[in-house]
Amino acid sequence: MRSMRAAAAAALIVSLTACGGATSGAGEDEPSSGAKGTVNLAINPWVGYEANAAVIAYLLEKKMGYTVEKKELKEEIAWQGFETGEVDAIVENWGHPDLKKTYIEDKKVAVEVGPTGNQGVIGWYVPEWMTQQYPDITDYKSLNKYANLFKTSESKGKGQFLAGDPSFVTNDEALVTNLKLNYTVVYSGSEAAIIKAAQQATAQKKPLLFYFYEPQWLFAQEKYVRVKLPAYSEGCDADLKKVACDYPDYVLDKIASKKFADTGGAAYQFIKNFTWTNDDQNLVSDYLTNQGMSADQAAEKWVNEHEATWKPWIPA
Amino acid sequence: MAPMIAVTDLWKVFGPRAGRIVGTPLADLPRAELRARTGCLAAVRDVSFDVEPGEVFVVMGLSGSGKSTLVRCLTRLIEPTSGEISIGGEPVRAMGPKRLRDLRRRQVAMVFQHFGLLPHRQVLDNVAYGLEIQGVPRAERHRKAGEVLALVGLDGHEHQYPDQLSGGMQQRVGLARALAADPEVLLFDEPFSALDPLIRRDMQAEVRRLHAEVGKTLVFITHDLAEALTLGDRIAVLRDGELVQVGTPEDLVGAPADSYVADFVRDVPRSDVLTLRWIMRDPGPDELCEDEPLSHRTVIRDAVHRVMRAERPIPVVDGDRRLGVIDADRMLAALVSHHRQVPA
Amino acid sequence: MTATSPPAVLRVTAAALVDATRRRGFWTRTVAAVLIVATVVAYLIFRTDGAADSDDAAAFRFFDSVRDWVDANRDTSPFFLYGVNYVRLGVRLLVDAVQAVLLGLGFAGLVAAVSAIGLVFAGWRTGLLAFGGFLAFGVLGLWEQSVDTLVLTVSAVLLSVLIGVPLGVLAARVRWVGATLRPVLDVMQIMPTFAYLAPMTLLFLIGEPAAVIATMIYAVPATIRITALGISEVPPTAVEAATALGSTRWQLLSKVRLPMARTTIVLAVNQTIMLALSMVVITALIDAPGLGQNIVNALQRVNVGAAFDAGVAIVILAVVLDRITTNAARRTRVHQNRRRRAIVAGGAIVAVIAAALITINPDRLPGYTFAEPVNDLVGWIELHWYDVTEGLKNGISAGILDPLETVLVTTPWWLFVLVVAAFGTLVSGWRAAGLAALAAAGIAGLGLWQHSMQTLATVLVAIALTMVIGVATGAFCARHDRLATAIRPVLDAAQTMPSFVYLLPAVALFGASRFTAIVAAVIFAVPPVVRLVERGLRDVPATVVEAATSAGSTPRQLLWKVQLPMARGGLLLAANQGIVMVLAMVVVGGLVGAGALGYDVVAGFSQRELFGEGLAAGLAIVLLGILLDRLTQGFHDSKGPRR
Repeated sequence: MRSMRAAAAAALIVSLTACGGATSGAGEDEPSSGAKGTVNLAINPWVGYEANAAVIAYLLEKKMGYTVEKKELKEEIAWQGFETGEVDAIVENWGHPDLKKTYIEDKKVAVEVGPTGNQGVIGWYVPEWMTQQYPDITDYKSLNKYANLFKTSESKGKGQFLAGDPSFVTNDEALVTNLKLNYTVVYSGSEAAIIKAAQQATAQKKPLLFYFYEPQWLFAQEKYVRVKLPAYSEGCDADLKKVACDYPDYVLDKIASKKFADTGGAAYQFIKNFTWTNDDQNLVSDYLTNQGMSADQAAEKWVNEHEATWKPWIPA
Repeated sequence: MAPMIAVTDLWKVFGPRAGRIVGTPLADLPRAELRARTGCLAAVRDVSFDVEPGEVFVVMGLSGSGKSTLVRCLTRLIEPTSGEISIGGEPVRAMGPKRLRDLRRRQVAMVFQHFGLLPHRQVLDNVAYGLEIQGVPRAERHRKAGEVLALVGLDGHEHQYPDQLSGGMQQRVGLARALAADPEVLLFDEPFSALDPLIRRDMQAEVRRLHAEVGKTLVFITHDLAEALTLGDRIAVLRDGELVQVGTPEDLVGAPADSYVADFVRDVPRSDVLTLRWIMRDPGPDELCEDEPLSHRTVIRDAVHRVMRAERPIPVVDGDRRLGVIDADRMLAALVSHHRQVPA
Repeated sequence: MTATSPPAVLRVTAAALVDATRRRGFWTRTVAAVLIVATVVAYLIFRTDGAADSDDAAAFRFFDSVRDWVDANRDTSPFFLYGVNYVRLGVRLLVDAVQAVLLGLGFAGLVAAVSAIGLVFAGWRTGLLAFGGFLAFGVLGLWEQSVDTLVLTVSAVLLSVLIGVPLGVLAARVRWVGATLRPVLDVMQIMPTFAYLAPMTLLFLIGEPAAVIATMIYAVPATIRITALGISEVPPTAVEAATALGSTRWQLLSKVRLPMARTTIVLAVNQTIMLALSMVVITALIDAPGLGQNIVNALQRVNVGAAFDAGVAIVILAVVLDRITTNAARRTRVHQNRRRRAIVAGGAIVAVIAAALITINPDRLPGYTFAEPVNDLVGWIELHWYDVTEGLKNGISAGILDPLETVLVTTPWWLFVLVVAAFGTLVSGWRAAGLAALAAAGIAGLGLWQHSMQTLATVLVAIALTMVIGVATGAFCARHDRLATAIRPVLDAAQTMPSFVYLLPAVALFGASRFTAIVAAVIFAVPPVVRLVERGLRDVPATVVEAATSAGSTPRQLLWKVQLPMARGGLLLAANQGIVMVLAMVVVGGLVGAGALGYDVVAGFSQRELFGEGLAAGLAIVLLGILLDRLTQGFHDSKGPRR
């Protein structure tokens, strides 16, 4: 199959030379058409996303006969994949109005494929024990008072605000500046690192102020409390440099490449139909993270127990 | 007969804008002064000589005398600054790149001090290299290379690599490589100076033998006087890029042109080099001589036996012409003295 | 301001500088002292409050606008339609072709092919090693990823050889080409891998072509340099002899120069492979498939065990490729029996074809994974060593790193530029100093002063630790032969390992912090430093050592008064090498909480609105590299080509 692809690409070069110029998507795999083909799923770096992808990939492969290629990509890079043809679908998208404008409206290489059914929340959190000891800590106005509690080797004498992966949707640095908080944003580098820090904060009663979000399996095990920032209002985050309000609630949705939408057939229809609850996702995330299951094992277990949920997704 | 190689007024000056030197008063400056004034080094200065077909012409000098530069100028491995060179009657300096390559491929071959063998090729392919780059088919060039290897006494070593051979054998490969294309002229650049003395002597004998067998024109560079005297029909002595003297070994030893040459030849055992011509005397009036004459070309040492045993002087002849006589007194004087002698 | 006050730190640095210049005589010493005093005074007068970098500098906006232009014109501008996009397409074809060959062989076929290559070119031991190594990929359950990594590496190496060998030949043969290439290669070699990625995605988007091109850019300087070295080392006598026989220029090249340089050229390929392998792993960040994905994935999940398997697979791949090429290079010097070799090669080809016909599913092999034991070990260390690791991290961060960072960040940029120029002139001459000062000014112009100084502080601490550990170990090795023999294979393995892998143990022990990056950088840079120091010490002439010993020196006096001063060249070369490597690693540390420029780069290619800043940060890293390299360059001028 690969050699056929090489031959096809060679033929392409010839034809391109004849008609002038190569576009950026030239030579890439055509996305799977009506025949059972390959679906390229982007895998963004947090476990909730992986849960969606695990179940979708499992059903596509085991129940529908497709091949699924999973690609570990950060959000922005996954969107670039629509343009190059390396990505067919993103199955949990957090907002990203700027990317939607670029890739859906301007370049017309991607399309929205509807909500996943999950409600997304992003916010600043502290472990529950801190709210008992410092009851007013959940108000951002008193954060400066407690800045000393949150000092670490990385926070340069200020309080530490622990953020996650640099690719996540964040306004934290702007918030710290605009709300005049005496804090330094420190990037842990990944979701796993935040979770680890959060677990330690609860277990060892260490102070921690951190970026976190739902759906998130950890909330099923331990309690974390959201710090109240100035309430979100439509458009208050329009200028990313001047944001001084909390994150909005997100309706998480799915995005597919235009080519996949046009030619993806049943696979595209299936992804379009996919929708489930935060509890469903948390359950699979828990399998993945805490039960030591592989993506396939976790998906298999969930699929076996929730036939009523997934049956309607599969196009007739 | 036209000379095989004719060199006229040859100059090679190294350094910045070397071309401006020749033909100006600067050219007359001594080497060191020229260097101080212009930063240029005159490696070869106004050299002229001819080499006859079949002759062994030796260029001798100390290191830095310009002899290696001179021999490289002959096939323009080093581009001369001015002067004329012709080989086989054809002016070399006027040749285009293609003709020059052809000259190097077919007419003039060279043997180097450090052999210059290709370590990644077997002996056979080293020897065949020159034929290979001329496009000679594989089977033919291997046959030819095999023949030449046999000629230099290396049969059986065809499939070895150069680093598996001793120095002397490596130079035999170098020699074979030069012979492979059957050139008219062979250039030797101090070919044996990197070898042990015993092996050197073998190799010199080899060259003499080959010269006798194949009869090429040889130009031979050396800093070793003994080697020059052994091999050379004529010897050119080079000092600081200039020719000091050109002549037969006897000329050099018997009649050095200046003190430089005299110094050079001082320790040469004269009886090994000079012929009877240099020590004979005129016969006395009515002097009685031996019947059997000696040729005037006889080297002194070879005549010792006869002369010392003879009761009377022995005539020295050139063919039928009697040039003089030699007797025991003369002989003894020649064997012990280091005085400069003048041919009669 | 915490702990030590800035002047105290300066005093330490001053002492070190005075020490470094001790041997340069009274005049230099006086100048150095005056400069140090002037620097301290100027700093105390002019120090700033170290304001945070704006996120809206002119440079960022410029790069953003470049990005927007490229985005808008990617499918319309002739530059892309007829240039860049074709390059991308061509590289894509190459990758596909290599992939088709390697996958076409199948599991059994590829294992057989690599073993056969090892056997024919490098001997039966290497063949066996290759066989076991490639089998291990299957056992580890990483067959596909390993093959993907191999495909990218082979493609990048092919490209590098295709481009690098001709350029190397030209550089050696044509004076102006060599003179033009040298500074370009200098910069390419000190450019940290990370800095390539954003511009790569801008031009070539994401995916295999961008990854292969980035890898090629990283690896090709070694190909060019070593090839040029090999060509220029061909003995002139052989060239002259061949010329005298009437060879054309082309015949000289193809029949004399290239064959005689082939050992060196094979070594060039060896270096190219090693560099390519370490870069290919990093290109996982721009969607290159393979083992790098596993490592990125494991980093994201802070799952050291999962990464360990991938790390082992990378090391195996590196060792197999290294052994095949080094032994092949060694073999080019040995003359082999042609017929026997032809028979072995023929047999090997038959065996490979036979094996290619067998279908073995590598997933069916008995599997083994290090994940659990390693994770258990990491858990145990976290539990029991927590206080130690935490104490070490906090101690160094608060005691050294923070004060140094404070001083650097609060130094006004113009003062920094002046100091670089002044001390640079003293240490490396005015040329190098001028270039370094220009680089420093450039960093200021990019609007990333604070981040650059933070990165610089981390680099300085890391290089100090590296030198202390490296020199101590090197000195020890130079004096204890048995230890040296024992440690050599460890150093060998460490040097074949791609830089990325070193992040994992550091993360496991120290979590996400600047100190983590320091630890990773130290692990990364110590092996070559140990080597250079050991070699420098061993190169001290035996007669001198003998003389000192007979004068009654104790071993300690011998080391401090004779060997170390005489090995100064080796030590300084080690420092220069170490700095370049440390910078590369500290920047990669941006992935694991080291922040500053490394973080900006990562953020730049993962957040659209930060693109310009990321690109500027990449440039700042390059400038920082030039600055550090030039400042230490005087140490080893005329030491010949590096690596």
